[in-house]
Amino acid sequence: MNKGNTVARRKIGSNTNFKKTLKRALSDWQLYVLILPALVYLIIFAYAPMYGIQIAFKDYRAKDGIWGSEWVGFKHFARFLSYPAFWKIIKNTLSISLYSLATFPCAVILSLLINELDNAKFKKTVQMITYAPHFISTVVLCGMIKLFFNRGTGIINNVIEILGGTRIDFLAKPEYFNDIYVWSGVWQGVGWGTIIYLAVLSNVSPELVEAARIDGASRFQVIRHVNIPAILPTIIIMLILSCGSVLSVGFEKVYLLQNNLNSDASQVISTYVYEIGLVGGQFSYSSAISLFNTIINVLFILTVNTIARRVSDVSLW
Amino acid sequence: MMKMKSVQDKVFDIFNIIFMLLVLVVMLYPLWFTIIVSFSDPLAVGGGKVWILPVDPTLEAYQNVFKSDMIWIGYRNTIFYTVLGTAFNIFLTIPAAYVLSKKTLVGRNALSWIFLFTMYFGGGLVPTYLLFKNLSLVNTPWVLIISGGLSVYNMIVTRIFFQTSIPEEIYESARIDGASNFRMFFQIALPLSKSIIAVMTLFYAVSRWNSYFSALVYTTKEELAPLQLVLRRILILNEDMIKEITSGSISGDQMMDALRKAQMAETMKYSLIFIASAPLLVAYPFVQKYFVKGVMIGSLKG
Repeated sequence: MNKGNTVARRKIGSNTNFKKTLKRALSDWQLYVLILPALVYLIIFAYAPMYGIQIAFKDYRAKDGIWGSEWVGFKHFARFLSYPAFWKIIKNTLSISLYSLATFPCAVILSLLINELDNAKFKKTVQMITYAPHFISTVVLCGMIKLFFNRGTGIINNVIEILGGTRIDFLAKPEYFNDIYVWSGVWQGVGWGTIIYLAVLSNVSPELVEAARIDGASRFQVIRHVNIPAILPTIIIMLILSCGSVLSVGFEKVYLLQNNLNSDASQVISTYVYEIGLVGGQFSYSSAISLFNTIINVLFILTVNTIARRVSDVSLW
Repeated sequence: MMKMKSVQDKVFDIFNIIFMLLVLVVMLYPLWFTIIVSFSDPLAVGGGKVWILPVDPTLEAYQNVFKSDMIWIGYRNTIFYTVLGTAFNIFLTIPAAYVLSKKTLVGRNALSWIFLFTMYFGGGLVPTYLLFKNLSLVNTPWVLIISGGLSVYNMIVTRIFFQTSIPEEIYESARIDGASNFRMFFQIALPLSKSIIAVMTLFYAVSRWNSYFSALVYTTKEELAPLQLVLRRILILNEDMIKEITSGSISGDQMMDALRKAQMAETMKYSLIFIASAPLLVAYPFVQKYFVKGVMIGSLKG
C-alpha cells in the first residue's frame, strides 16, 4: 500500500517533470529550427550512407539496388583477408601511419625552441614562415615533390650529381616512398602543429620561470621541468587524436604520389578501396574493406583513450 | 633586477637562433626555388643553373600557361565552388554551434552525439557515392558544394567559442526584455561572433580551394574540373600543356625546337604551382591571426 503510494507519487512526479521538460522544449522551438539545416544535412549525407553499408554483406547489383541485392554474409571480408596482398597493404598502411606518428616530437621540439626566442619580431617571423606550407594544397605539394625529385631535371638530383653521386629515380623506388611521404608531411605540417603548443606555453606563468631561474635552473632545466610538463596534457590529447586514424592513411596524398613502380610500398587501404571500388566497380568488396578499416579505427581510438585515461587522467571522453 | 645571462644561456641562444635560421631556410627554399624557376629561362632551368635568383628572367612560362583554357576554367570553377561552398558551410555550422552551446537545451546531449558520431563512423566511399548517384548529383556542380558541407570539428570549435566568449548574462537580460531565440541569435550572438565567423570562413575556404578528392570521385566532365584537378592532370599525370595550347591559339610561327619545348613544359609546371598557390600564400599573412585563433580555441576543452 505504502509502496504503491510512492510509486504513484513518483509517477506523478516524473509526469510533471516530463511536462515541464516538454514545455521547455516547446518554448525553445526556435533553437530546434536553427539546428535543423545541419541536422538534416547529417541525416542525409552522413547517416543515409550508413544504410548502404549493408552492401558489404551482399552482392550488390545496380538493378537490384542496395536493399534488393542478395545477402552473402562475410564473403567479401573473407576474400579480403585471404587476398595475397592483404598483409602488404596492412603493412604499408601501418608503417606509413606509425612513421608519421613518430614525427610528432618535431612540432613539440620546434615549439619549445620558438618559445625560447627572446626577440619578439624574430619569433613572429619564424612563426609566420613556418605556418606557410600548411596553405599549399596536396596536389601542389605532390607536384613539387615530383619536380624536385625528378631523375633528369630535379634539383635534388642536381645536388646529388654535384656532390659526386649518381642520379636516383626516387619516386620509382618503393624503399624511398615512406621517407618522402612522411618528411614532406613534416615540412608542410610542423609549423602549423606548433600553434597549439605555443598557445599553452604562453600560459605558463612567467613568475614560475623567473623563480626557477633565480634558483639557478639552466634554460634546459626550465624547459624540462616547467615547460614540458605544461604541454604534456596537450601532447597526450594530440597523440590520442592521431591514434584514431592509425589505419586511415589519408587517401589524397598517397594517391598522388603513387605509381606502378612504387606500389609495393604505396598501396594502402584507402587507395585500394578507391581502386577496386570506384575504378574497378566492385562495390560490395570495396565497402567491406572500408567497413573493416573503420571498425578497427574505432576500436583503436577507444582503446587508446581508455589507456590514456587510466594512466594519465587525460582523455577525449 | 638586472638580467644577467650566464655563458651557458648565451650559447643556448646562439645555437637556437642558428637552428631557427636553418628551419627558415628549409621552409622557404622550396617555395623560393619554385618562384625563381618559374621566372627563369627554360634552358637554364633544364641545365640546372637556377639556384638563388632567376636566370635570364622571362615571363614566357606564364604567358604560355595563361593561354591554356583549362587553367581559366579551373580557376573560375574553383572560385565558384569556394564561394558558394563556404557560404553553405557557414550556414550549416554557425547556427548548429550556437544551439549546441545552450546548456539548458532539451536533448542537447543526444544532438551532440548525433554530430560527434559522424566524426568516427561513416558510410564509406562507395555507399556515399551511391547516395549521390541516386540523388542524381554526380557530375553536377552541386555535388562539389554539398559534399564537405559540415565539418563537425569546426562546429565544435565554434560551439566552444560561443560558450566561452559570450557571457550568459547578456542572453538573460535579453530574455527578460522578451527577446525570442531567433532575435538572440541574429541580433546578439551573431554580431558578437564576427571573429569566429571570420575564422570559420577562412578554414572552410582554404580547404575548399585546396581540395580535389570530391571532384575526382564525383565528376568526370572536364568543364566541371576545379583548379586542383587541372593541376593534377598536369603536375601528376604529366599531361602535356604545350600540346593543348599549340593546338589551340598559338600559330605555327612560334614553333619551338623539341628540347626547348620539353624544358618549357617543365618550367610551366613551376609557374602553374605559383599561380595556384599565390592567392592563399599572399593573403594568409594578413589573416594569420584568425587562423591561429581558430586553432587555439580548438585546443580548449569545451
